[in-house]
Amino acid sequence: MNIIKAKNLIKDYNSFRAVNNIEFEIQEGECFGFLGPNGAGKTTVMRILYCFMPPSFGMVEVLGINVLSNPSQIKSKIGVMPQEDNLDIDLTVLQNLIVYARYFDIPKHTSNPLAIELLGYVELEDKINANILSLSGGMKRSLSLARSLINCPEILILDEPTTGLDPYNRRMVWNKLNDLKSKNTTLVLTTHYMEEADKLCDRVAIMDSGRILTIDSPSNLKKIHGGTLEDVYLKLTGRPLEP
Amino acid sequence: MNLKRALRVWQRHFTVYKKLYRYSIVLNFVEPALYIIALGLGLGAFIKEINGIPYVNFIAPGFIASSSMFAATYECTYGTYIRMTFQKTFDAILSTPVNLQDLVAGELIWGATKSMFYGTIIIIAITLFRLVDSPFIVLLIPILFISGLLFAQLSIICAAIVPGIDSFNYYYTLFMTPMFLFSGIFFPLDPLPKIITYIAYFTPLYHLANVCRSLSAGHVSGSLMSIAWLSAAVLLLSPIPFKLMRKRIIK
Repeated sequence: MNIIKAKNLIKDYNSFRAVNNIEFEIQEGECFGFLGPNGAGKTTVMRILYCFMPPSFGMVEVLGINVLSNPSQIKSKIGVMPQEDNLDIDLTVLQNLIVYARYFDIPKHTSNPLAIELLGYVELEDKINANILSLSGGMKRSLSLARSLINCPEILILDEPTTGLDPYNRRMVWNKLNDLKSKNTTLVLTTHYMEEADKLCDRVAIMDSGRILTIDSPSNLKKIHGGTLEDVYLKLTGRPLEP
Repeated sequence: MNLKRALRVWQRHFTVYKKLYRYSIVLNFVEPALYIIALGLGLGAFIKEINGIPYVNFIAPGFIASSSMFAATYECTYGTYIRMTFQKTFDAILSTPVNLQDLVAGELIWGATKSMFYGTIIIIAITLFRLVDSPFIVLLIPILFISGLLFAQLSIICAAIVPGIDSFNYYYTLFMTPMFLFSGIFFPLDPLPKIITYIAYFTPLYHLANVCRSLSAGHVSGSLMSIAWLSAAVLLLSPIPFKLMRKRIIK
């Protein structure tokens, strides 16, 4: 079943066309990746999916609901891990989860044990009462991931989930994402790391300048174009590196 | 707009404020206390009376108005702006079921709450100093919420259009300070050129100061026109902060 559908999707920022007439469908339980150079339009697509901004043209449906018709209902069933951490620095680690849960109307007697469980899940149980500013970059990403799971989302949207992480933390995030996938959570992510896309994604869309160049599984792409996923990416996005 | 979701935003601010209020509440007393001592007692020693009222009694109720005005204004200019830009609190909230209209409503209601709270503190303080003549002063508390909403609306309009945080200086210097000085808090405006009285009539602080002084003296009827003015202004402005914030945040 298609859990996300986008047709003739266009997004303009004033005169700049960030997303140029793209189409894709994402299936339930799938891990779907958007790859592409900076400025390709990946984050814009993510923001449209989690109803942060409306499309300029075209149709986008998430969980069978048009993003323009009932964003609150969509947002209540998805989790978002944004590219830049936007944790609430006025609150402690635990309060971040509990206050965030309140936006979903999850009462404290439910959110409190869930928050503690999630902090254990992302290995932050020692930091429950810590100040956000005292956390390392990796810990902040982990907390963002925990926060995105507070409403037990059906779809998890991750915008560059591992950018800036050390190898240990990156592997930890990968393990968590594989674990969520095995529990049938649909994952939609963007990444610059081809190894990450290769390991996690069932299918990837390679984007450049607001367009989708191809959508396929990493293994098919490697078979058709030859080489590694990175070779395919460089071949398709057409920006030869200096020797 | 969904009120329940707006109150979730309010609740977030309340959670944060609960951690800080013990430190900030003392300061709320200090500033008006300084004005009352310096102007009420210092300057008052020379002025003695205005319209038959001792000078310190004349100016004291005005500080309910100014204190509640500044509370909503700081909260919804600098506070809102910082949450919107530097802290990215808005981005986080908007990826939950809370929509932009709910978020803006939450900011406004929080600004009004804080305004009412800070004004009430001054009511208590000046009552303890026996500078209030009538128990009708308690009627002022809900009105402080209405005027707080108005100051919050003006501040959010400002936060939605400023290019950067430094631009708030224009709002404070060109609007807040003159309004504070010519609101009738410190002296009756009658001796000034008529044009200043007319301009003052179109500023919210003039009306709020009038309501504070009237109720403090027990003249309920003297406050009614100003209460109507403040309520009408809230209704008139009500769509604007929502529209401008949408324009600013959702590209």
